[in-house]
Amino acid sequence: MDALFTNAFLVAFVSGTIAASLPLLLAGLGEQMSEKAGVLNLGLEGMMLVGAFCGFAVALETGSFLLGFLAGAAGGMAVAAMMAALCVALPLNQIVVGIALTLGMQGATSLAHHVLYSRTFPRLPRQPEVALPLLSQIPVLGPSLFTQNPVVYLALLLVPAAAWLYRATNIGLNLAAAGSKPAALDLAGVSVTATRAFAVLATGALGGLGGAYMANIGAGLFVPFMTGGAGFMAIVIAMLARGRPAWVLGGALLVGFATSITTALQVAGFNIPTDLVLMLPFGTIMLVLTLFGRRAGLPAALGLPYHRGAR
Amino acid sequence: MSAAATPAAAALPAWLRALVPLVLALGIGALILAALGRDPVQFFANVLNRAVFNRSGLQETLVLMAPLLLIAASLIVCFRAGLWNLGIDGQFLLAATFASAFAAAWVAALPYWVAMALLFLLAAAVGAGWAMLPAFLKARYGVNEIVSTLMMNFLGFGLSAFLIKTLFGDPEHPAPQTTMLEVAERLPRIGETLVHVGVVFALLVILAVHVVMTRTGFGLRLRIVGHNPRAAEHAGLNVRRLTFAVFAISAALAGLAGAVEVLGVRGVVRADWHPGYGLLVVPLVFLARFHGVAAIAFVFVFAVLSIGGESAARRADLPNDFLLIMMALILVILAVTDHVASRARG
Amino acid sequence: MPEGTGAATTGADRGLDVPLVRLSGITKRFPGVLANDEVSFDIRPGEVHALLGENGAGKSTLIAILSGVLQPDSGRIEVNGRPVRIASPRDAIRLGIGTVYQHSTLVPTLSVVQNLMLGQRWWRPLGRAAALARLAELSALLGVRVDPDATAGSLSLGQQQQVEIVKALWRGERVLVLDEPTSMLTPQGVEELGQVMARLAARGFGIVFVSHKLQEVLAFGHRVTVLKLGRKAGEIPPARLSALSPAEATAEILDLMFGRGAADPEAPRRRASTIRADDAPLLEVEHLSAGEGAVQDVSFTLRPGEILGIAGVDGNGQKQLAEALAGQLRAEAGRIRFAGRDITRLPVARRHALGLRYLTDDRLGEGTVGGFAIGTNLVMKRVGEPPFWAGGFERPARIAAHARELIGRYDVRTPGPEVPIATLSGGNIQKALFGRELSGEPRLLLANKPTYGLDVANIRAARDRISAAAAAGVACILISTELDELLELSDRIAVMYRGRIAGIVGNGPDAERAIGRLMVGGA
Repeated sequence: MDALFTNAFLVAFVSGTIAASLPLLLAGLGEQMSEKAGVLNLGLEGMMLVGAFCGFAVALETGSFLLGFLAGAAGGMAVAAMMAALCVALPLNQIVVGIALTLGMQGATSLAHHVLYSRTFPRLPRQPEVALPLLSQIPVLGPSLFTQNPVVYLALLLVPAAAWLYRATNIGLNLAAAGSKPAALDLAGVSVTATRAFAVLATGALGGLGGAYMANIGAGLFVPFMTGGAGFMAIVIAMLARGRPAWVLGGALLVGFATSITTALQVAGFNIPTDLVLMLPFGTIMLVLTLFGRRAGLPAALGLPYHRGAR
Repeated sequence: MSAAATPAAAALPAWLRALVPLVLALGIGALILAALGRDPVQFFANVLNRAVFNRSGLQETLVLMAPLLLIAASLIVCFRAGLWNLGIDGQFLLAATFASAFAAAWVAALPYWVAMALLFLLAAAVGAGWAMLPAFLKARYGVNEIVSTLMMNFLGFGLSAFLIKTLFGDPEHPAPQTTMLEVAERLPRIGETLVHVGVVFALLVILAVHVVMTRTGFGLRLRIVGHNPRAAEHAGLNVRRLTFAVFAISAALAGLAGAVEVLGVRGVVRADWHPGYGLLVVPLVFLARFHGVAAIAFVFVFAVLSIGGESAARRADLPNDFLLIMMALILVILAVTDHVASRARG
Repeated sequence: MPEGTGAATTGADRGLDVPLVRLSGITKRFPGVLANDEVSFDIRPGEVHALLGENGAGKSTLIAILSGVLQPDSGRIEVNGRPVRIASPRDAIRLGIGTVYQHSTLVPTLSVVQNLMLGQRWWRPLGRAAALARLAELSALLGVRVDPDATAGSLSLGQQQQVEIVKALWRGERVLVLDEPTSMLTPQGVEELGQVMARLAARGFGIVFVSHKLQEVLAFGHRVTVLKLGRKAGEIPPARLSALSPAEATAEILDLMFGRGAADPEAPRRRASTIRADDAPLLEVEHLSAGEGAVQDVSFTLRPGEILGIAGVDGNGQKQLAEALAGQLRAEAGRIRFAGRDITRLPVARRHALGLRYLTDDRLGEGTVGGFAIGTNLVMKRVGEPPFWAGGFERPARIAAHARELIGRYDVRTPGPEVPIATLSGGNIQKALFGRELSGEPRLLLANKPTYGLDVANIRAARDRISAAAAAGVACILISTELDELLELSDRIAVMYRGRIAGIVGNGPDAERAIGRLMVGGA
């Protein structure tokens, strides 16, 4: 039982939670922006995979951790650009196109992996970590919470940044209007198409970043299908966060916590049914939906293409 | 956001409209192969040789079709009624787990066909039961069924794995899995082939679903709800009750797909088994424009690509996930042609 | 409501004759509809220009053109004497034209001040402090009070509209267009709005006030333009309006809006009554309330062969009354008896089976499934019933034969019963729907605006159809905003006002005046 309270154990547990939460946080923040603007982006899983692949490939090639992450974001954005072209510029069905992009990118990254790495299975070296001055000296929390890859700090900073963007900038107002009343935005003289395209591209960048984190920091390598449904999980988290970035953080941490605690407890000798603990976040969500019903606070125009002056 | 409201183009005959995306997608696939330095003609020849013109290959193709056909039937029901049941995978897996858990014991204790019938019923009931919460949330509060069914997938995967590791697990076996149904006790095969009767069952079911959806009063009611829920209210239909019916039928069919897969082919469910057929069949059903017979054709094409593609891809030194790219292309091209056609119509 | 035409002198006295905006010869077509036909319209400083007309007269189209939402097919727009093109809402704002649309344009999830700030260039700072100051300034000008941080969706409709007006004036516009601003307001809200308009006009703003309510137009307008079927039926300038007594002004405007019987030589005489007075009442409605106040305490009875007209300005609860009778809207209080039986709790399908037929005004939205064949639409309310279904299975030959019969009998112009119904013209869809509702054994026909949006020939056909049904003993309820239609067909006419039946008058020589009074809330 003492194993539970050793510092090494707690450090591993807190780091594990963060590692499992971070891709969900990044992708969830991204999806939240699309949804806020009225685009249901089921291509997120595909964007994460492409981000993971591009991030890994570039980091491996250049040896630069920074370039790797930039490439991950760019890869996600490239997929998002397709989504924007098909579902924002053209009014194609967002769900059909989203599923198509996810399937296609699963295939494309698997193919690319096969062509490039299936013989060598290269791995990345351990990526740099930044220990925050002073804070990293705190026992347990120091080495777990405050000694992380810079991307972790960036992702955490994105939470207040997104909240600020939604609350205190014109972009935030435009996004909210594009999702809940696009006609009002159009009448105010702002392009609904541009606003939604911006949101979708931002989703791609963040999803790609989340994927790159999974490959470069989490695993240190790329394998096909490595996101394993994280994109869909992020979609669900974003839908339930109802436009509040802090709730995305909460949801991502909850799932990360559930993932990490089972592993940690098993290491510590407890036989806890992993699967049940992993179900907890989603079970809670379904319970909340059942008890409090209603429309889950989704933007009114979510999933609907916009046409001006439709009579 | 109704599935059935996807505009159907009227300018071209239906078979041609479905064929255009398929041919274009295969064409682009060929270009990608050529770009990778593979011979596309050889690749597609290998696909056909393995999956169609080879006795055992063709049988494997037909066997793979069984669960896919049932999932296609499931999707046809919900898409025609304008509902997005994206919880297919959870319903499928949970039903497969239950059927598998009781298979060996029931087959030992009961007359064979009674046991099989009960297992299929059990799978259908488990699948349908797993969809009742989203159905309730949709009918009562209008909660978006895409979110709720996707979430039920995660819950279904977790519950299935948990059950296999606890109640349903085979203690004899080191890795967590259900008790194996012996090969001799799986669904009987037709003649000397590998093809089991589940394939015939699946074909009959999708044809029946097609007939029900297109030729009966019940099917028409569902289609009215799918195309125009307000017209359904105006015409005196009970939209809430129909919503429950759609979820129950769609999810029961997904459950049957799970039963056919484990009782016909696998005989066992491992805790980490995760076929994810649901998302793969969605494009096929769209391509078939929710038409049951057309869906059989497209499921066959997919099964050929999948069985033959595996071998052709191995020979060409490519992963068989390559097929996913073609699936995506089919979907996108389909959506674009539909849009262009509806624009042309005005 | 403020009385009389007292306000009508202010604008004229100013004598400012250079229009802020001048529309001339504006024409706009939609498929099958000529929404605006050579309409000319001026907006002058210091003047409330009332634009009056029934629904479908083209008011909203004209407003949409003025505010850049729609482009005219032909015609000329001048602002301060210079020809301009208003290609987008942003153009309209730049030209100083602020619009308060009929439907709310506030984003319900944003706060009041956020709604007002919406539309700035994205890279600019929000400037919340400046926005709050501007809001305070405009609130003072308008004499209204709003909480800047309240969520727009949480405000009352009257408050929302005040925010809309602030929003329209936000960037210093000189022209304020109000599209049917009173349709959602309480009487007190209407009065406040009138004061706001008067205050703005006094400050030199040019105001367009769109309404179909005569009394408001007389109370608030300095100049009145009447649109009818897309055309300008006439204009009453301030000098003339102020010279007329309220009664004379009312008469003149009613003249322009509806035309006298004499003005329309084709108008047939009144239908001969076919009431079967000896029969028991078929429909008895007692103290019916529904739709959260949309229908309040409505009572009436109806006999076989009788046509009861329901008059009233659109949006006074007629649609909800129809839906409550058809079973689509739950009755909150009261009772509905049909052929001696209490049907208050019966669902739609059961009422239909009893012979209660609802001919909806929303032909494409709920009356039909556009992509389905005509034949299928014709049996849409009898799904699963014999003879069209047997043992649950469709009998296509029976359905097609039924369709061909109705197509022939009701003169639906179509290539065949298998054609999707949405490809037909509005008149032919309506004929098909008449066929559907009158097939089988109809006992009560509930016709909601049956001629709305149809051309002259089809209007004639629809009216003849209703009178033939009544002659065959079917009881009819005719909801209409067309006075001549009601006067032609009805035995009695009930007038709805704010969800209640303001009065029921027998059709006769004096009916028109009585209805006119009741329609605008008079006793």
